[in-house]
Amino acid sequence: MIHNATASPAKWRLKRPSIIPGFGLTLGFSLAYLSIIILIPVAGLLWRTAGLGWSGFFAVLTDQRTQDALYISFGTAFVAALVNVVFGTVVAWVLTRYNFPGRRLIDAIVDLPFALPTAVAGIALAALYAPNGWVGSLFMPFRIAFTPLGIVVALVFIGLPFVVRTVQPVMEELDREVEEAAATLGANRFQTISRVILPGLTPAILTGFALAFARGVGEYGSVIFIAGNIPYVSEIAPLLIVIRLEEFNYAGATAIATIMLIISFVMLFIINLIQAWNRRRYGNV
Amino acid sequence: MSEDARSVLGNPPPFRNPADERPLAKILLIGLALVFLAFFLLLPLVSVFVEAFRKGWSEYYEALIEPDAAAAIRLTLLVAAISVPLNLVFGLCASWAIAKFEFKGKSFLITLIDLPFSISPVISGLVYVLLFGSNSLLGPILKSQGITILFAVPGIVLATVFVTFPFVARELIPLMEDQGTGDEEAALSLGASGWQTFWYVTLPNIKWGLLYGVLLCNARAMGEFGAVSVVSGHIRGLTNTMPLHVEILYNEYNFVAAFAVASLLALLALVTLALKTLLELRFGAGAAGGRH
Repeated sequence: MIHNATASPAKWRLKRPSIIPGFGLTLGFSLAYLSIIILIPVAGLLWRTAGLGWSGFFAVLTDQRTQDALYISFGTAFVAALVNVVFGTVVAWVLTRYNFPGRRLIDAIVDLPFALPTAVAGIALAALYAPNGWVGSLFMPFRIAFTPLGIVVALVFIGLPFVVRTVQPVMEELDREVEEAAATLGANRFQTISRVILPGLTPAILTGFALAFARGVGEYGSVIFIAGNIPYVSEIAPLLIVIRLEEFNYAGATAIATIMLIISFVMLFIINLIQAWNRRRYGNV
Repeated sequence: MSEDARSVLGNPPPFRNPADERPLAKILLIGLALVFLAFFLLLPLVSVFVEAFRKGWSEYYEALIEPDAAAAIRLTLLVAAISVPLNLVFGLCASWAIAKFEFKGKSFLITLIDLPFSISPVISGLVYVLLFGSNSLLGPILKSQGITILFAVPGIVLATVFVTFPFVARELIPLMEDQGTGDEEAALSLGASGWQTFWYVTLPNIKWGLLYGVLLCNARAMGEFGAVSVVSGHIRGLTNTMPLHVEILYNEYNFVAAFAVASLLALLALVTLALKTLLELRFGAGAAGGRH
């Protein structure tokens, strides 16, 4: 077999020969299911957008309300991802390096945003950060809920586990001896952290940032309750899609969705690039 | 060090590993992390239950047995009962094909499976509205056959399946890739059939990872809001799932009832987290999948 393969390298094979059965069945089913559930519906969206033509597409894109909604979605997601990078890294550090009572419980609760339905998170955060809520009343007369800041709060909640769970495993793998070497060579702790530890964590932090950002841009359920949803001020792009749909303005909804879809594909591509770069540099993820 | 020297120098300072932070920095970092988590995770969770019980047990109980709430609970259970097994079967098939064979285009296939994670839930609902809506290609055909998908249970199931699509596959693929093909090849060479190999060799190897994936898939299926909200039509008592019912009650300023229904969903999240932590403790992070 191997001899044959080297003798005729031009021969193209879909798969490497194997004695394990079921390749056709499982791959066939997977592709069919993937096509029906994901590919055909998403292709339908792109096809509909193509039907709008450039002029129709640009009419939606240049609409002030669309631009503001996109700007708010991407802007708040960016700020929230930055907040998560800082605090998420601190949380991951505390969880991997220190032992304190309740550490296991805290470690488990970090995954809460993955498990808690977004609508529940939304109403809880809105009640908490509203001017008469437990946290909101502390900051009065400065308002958090029902302003763009409220959107950031919701997106920090949603994005936190993405950063912590991306950075934490890499931190656990860090070699303590490198830090000890830095210390014996005269580096103080701050220098060791900023010059030795952080560079090793950078790819994981960037990946966590990109994941939290991508999730935040598309987030809907947790945001709409706390945002106030004022057009041009605190209206996010996914909400504008829903509003356009309720107005039966399918062209508007489709065009905004396509823009968001394209941007999230670019994000996905960037995440893959970071990880490929990381593998080349460090040999593992 | 002699007694004399010690008395001259005083007691040596307690040893501190130079590769550790100062105790004060440690305490500050732990404090910072705890305050941050309290404000963003713990307080929201606690407030759900406090708000739900604000007017006592009887109001809480009544909010849950009220007919519309009961219908929403039933619909949520039904949707999860259909969509989770579908994605379970898909997850098994996809991970078998991807982990046990080498073929062209594999990494592209994995990227496609991950796609729903990077699509906004609202867009996940929108694609089905465009596909089955009244002014779409399929809409009129389906209508003439008397089939309703949008604003009915099938649409809600489809949107839920879309959103929870990658969960099981995502847990199983890295796990099965780690395990390799040695066990299966041994079973097959000893005369086991393909099905026997799967049931008696592969399945016992992956059961905890599978359970983990199903748990996460189920939590998301029961809690999905954006995608379902777009396709459901919000018909009270008919196409309202629990998260949608929470939204309606909240927008009606019926906060106690909204938080009562929300508290059930929060309880589901807590049970999910507890089981997940238990799985990780017992079988190690490796046995129970990687990150999402």
